[in-house]
Amino acid sequence: MKTLTKKTISAAVVASLVGLSSAAHAFTACQVTDIGGVDDKGFNATAWKGVQDAVAKHGIDSKLLESKSETDYMPHLGSFVAEGCDVIVSVGFLMGEATATAAKENSNSKFSIVDFAYNPTIPNVVGQVFATDQAAFLAGYLAAGVSKTGIVGTFGGINIPPVTVFMDGFAAGVSHHNEMKGTSVQVLGWDPSAKEGLFTGNFNSLEDGRAFAQNLYDEGADIVMPVAGPVSQGSAALAAELGTDNLMIIGVDADQYIKDAKNKSVYLTSVLKAMDATVMGVIESVMDGSFEGGLTVGTLANNGVGIAPFHDLSSAVSSELAAEIESIRSGIIDGSISVN
Amino acid sequence: MMDYLKKKFVSEHLDVKEILLVPIFATFFALTIGCLFLLATGEGLKNIFIAYSSLFIGSLGSLNALSETFTAATPLIFAALGIALAFRAGLFNIGAEGQMIIGGMAAVIVGFSIDFLPVWLHLPLALSVGALFGAMYASIAGWLKASTGAHEVISTIMLNLIAIRLLDYMLRSPIIQKEGRNDPISKSVLNTSELPQLLSFIDPQLRLHAGFLVMLGTVLLIYWLLFHTTIGYEFRSTGANPNAAKYAGIKATFTIVLVMFIAGALAGLAGANQITGVLGRASPGFSASIGFDAIAVALLGRSHPIGVLFAGLLFGALIAGGRLMQVKAGVSVDLITIIQALIIVFIAAPLLVRRAVPWIFKEDIKKDK
Repeated sequence: MKTLTKKTISAAVVASLVGLSSAAHAFTACQVTDIGGVDDKGFNATAWKGVQDAVAKHGIDSKLLESKSETDYMPHLGSFVAEGCDVIVSVGFLMGEATATAAKENSNSKFSIVDFAYNPTIPNVVGQVFATDQAAFLAGYLAAGVSKTGIVGTFGGINIPPVTVFMDGFAAGVSHHNEMKGTSVQVLGWDPSAKEGLFTGNFNSLEDGRAFAQNLYDEGADIVMPVAGPVSQGSAALAAELGTDNLMIIGVDADQYIKDAKNKSVYLTSVLKAMDATVMGVIESVMDGSFEGGLTVGTLANNGVGIAPFHDLSSAVSSELAAEIESIRSGIIDGSISVN
Repeated sequence: MMDYLKKKFVSEHLDVKEILLVPIFATFFALTIGCLFLLATGEGLKNIFIAYSSLFIGSLGSLNALSETFTAATPLIFAALGIALAFRAGLFNIGAEGQMIIGGMAAVIVGFSIDFLPVWLHLPLALSVGALFGAMYASIAGWLKASTGAHEVISTIMLNLIAIRLLDYMLRSPIIQKEGRNDPISKSVLNTSELPQLLSFIDPQLRLHAGFLVMLGTVLLIYWLLFHTTIGYEFRSTGANPNAAKYAGIKATFTIVLVMFIAGALAGLAGANQITGVLGRASPGFSASIGFDAIAVALLGRSHPIGVLFAGLLFGALIAGGRLMQVKAGVSVDLITIIQALIIVFIAAPLLVRRAVPWIFKEDIKKDK
């Protein structure tokens, strides 16, 4: 028994040495997810897709660490530094402080964080932020035009800027519709002036997603935009039971028609953040040596944000409404329409 | 159920085979079955080998690995000591999570609000206030049990839920919330209330902090309390046979409240340890379900302080090693949860272990017959 254990140990040591030497030569892009996990069908998943796209295109290596709790952020980032990752992508506003600390302690490593902008910027970190309100504005306008009850709803995960920016844009889009068309569509769940609204307090309870959508539906909303990562799948399940005549869902982050295939028919559209494109962009900048700390901003103009096709529900959107949305899109890009 | 659990998880004396061999083989079998899970999910043999060797190297293979193992084990052991102590006295304390949250919140408030104390006063104050609030919070369940007979399992679970919501609420109050932030996050504690890092002279990134030493001291203290004091004897008697204890003149009501008070103090210390040693501030979910994992640690450690110490170190090693396993082999960290659960299953069914390796437990099995 004893010799067997000794053999196992020595074999393990050898394996680790082999592992270290093989990791040394390739380019490795590493990602730390926040507590939503890589299968959140939202921003963690989309950012990871960016890493995977880079793997497919350039034949680099990739590594992933999923955080189970907030205490994981620092050691996860530290593990990747020790692992010699060429670029470390951290996902989410909640990792902002941990990423800044890790970047300052390891000034030779390169970092990039989705959804966080540092002021002042840190020389070895690229913050990736998105003018999500521009795309959510289009979704709000669309929802106001499609709603039959004249009431639409939204709710968020936690009251933090990357979440509420969706809700701000959505509410602004609805009021733009009201101004233009003389309608009086109401938004439930978010008050853009008081910065208060409905929040589940988490990014993982599908039960909450269902309950919050049910509440909004009971109050008369027939279109709901949940901004809470995988929580929205609970809302979509409710909409699938009620039928799209009663409740439609607007997805966020990625095209939920593709991501949440089980209930895809309930998604009127999705507010897209092209994190995959920006993450891949950052990886490529490290590869070709043009990496520079600072900020990248995704907008409608550079296709960093947008809205997804209407898919199964395109019959609910009149061609007139679709055309108006196109003209608003160009209005936002040329600056003639303000989303605030 | 209590009797069954007591028989399985409370060990009166240090029986080497019972305390050491069963857990070691349970761990070995759990790892073996974990390997089958990996095969079933389509991992190749080579990758499984990499996964398990990284689990080993990531927990014991370097100074940083050891530092991470100890850092992860410390709060688990604090909280598990409280659960084990209550268990000895016949109380099933499911509320360590809530007591940890309350203790951590109290420590964070002391940590950022008092700015005139030197470190040797401020740090002990933050830790003891954390322990005191955890203790008071747990006493609620003890008092409810003693005065009304409310079952402590139900009341501690409910107190957990209250603590979680209270944390959400308090993190938004202007006194506690960090300036300029909309999300629920507390102010950072001052340097004078932070547990000093022990190995920063080697590498500032080694996170091992003085909480580890406090924990070791606490393990000895609880051992002494349990086996060498009158109070400890009263705890154990109440747990072994409440009626006999009553007729022997032990005040059950007082004992119940006192046990919960001490159990809560230990859980509160776990929370304060995380705040002052690792996180530096509170946020929703800072307790990271350590209070629940600690139940498993207490059971695995047979509710014996020394057993709890080793069980906690094992769980800490699984957490730290799981990280490297994820990095090197790309295996989901959920495997660690599966392995932890399997270990508990094997501990709960020691006969399974004995039958699987009969030559080790030869005499015992003969004795049983």
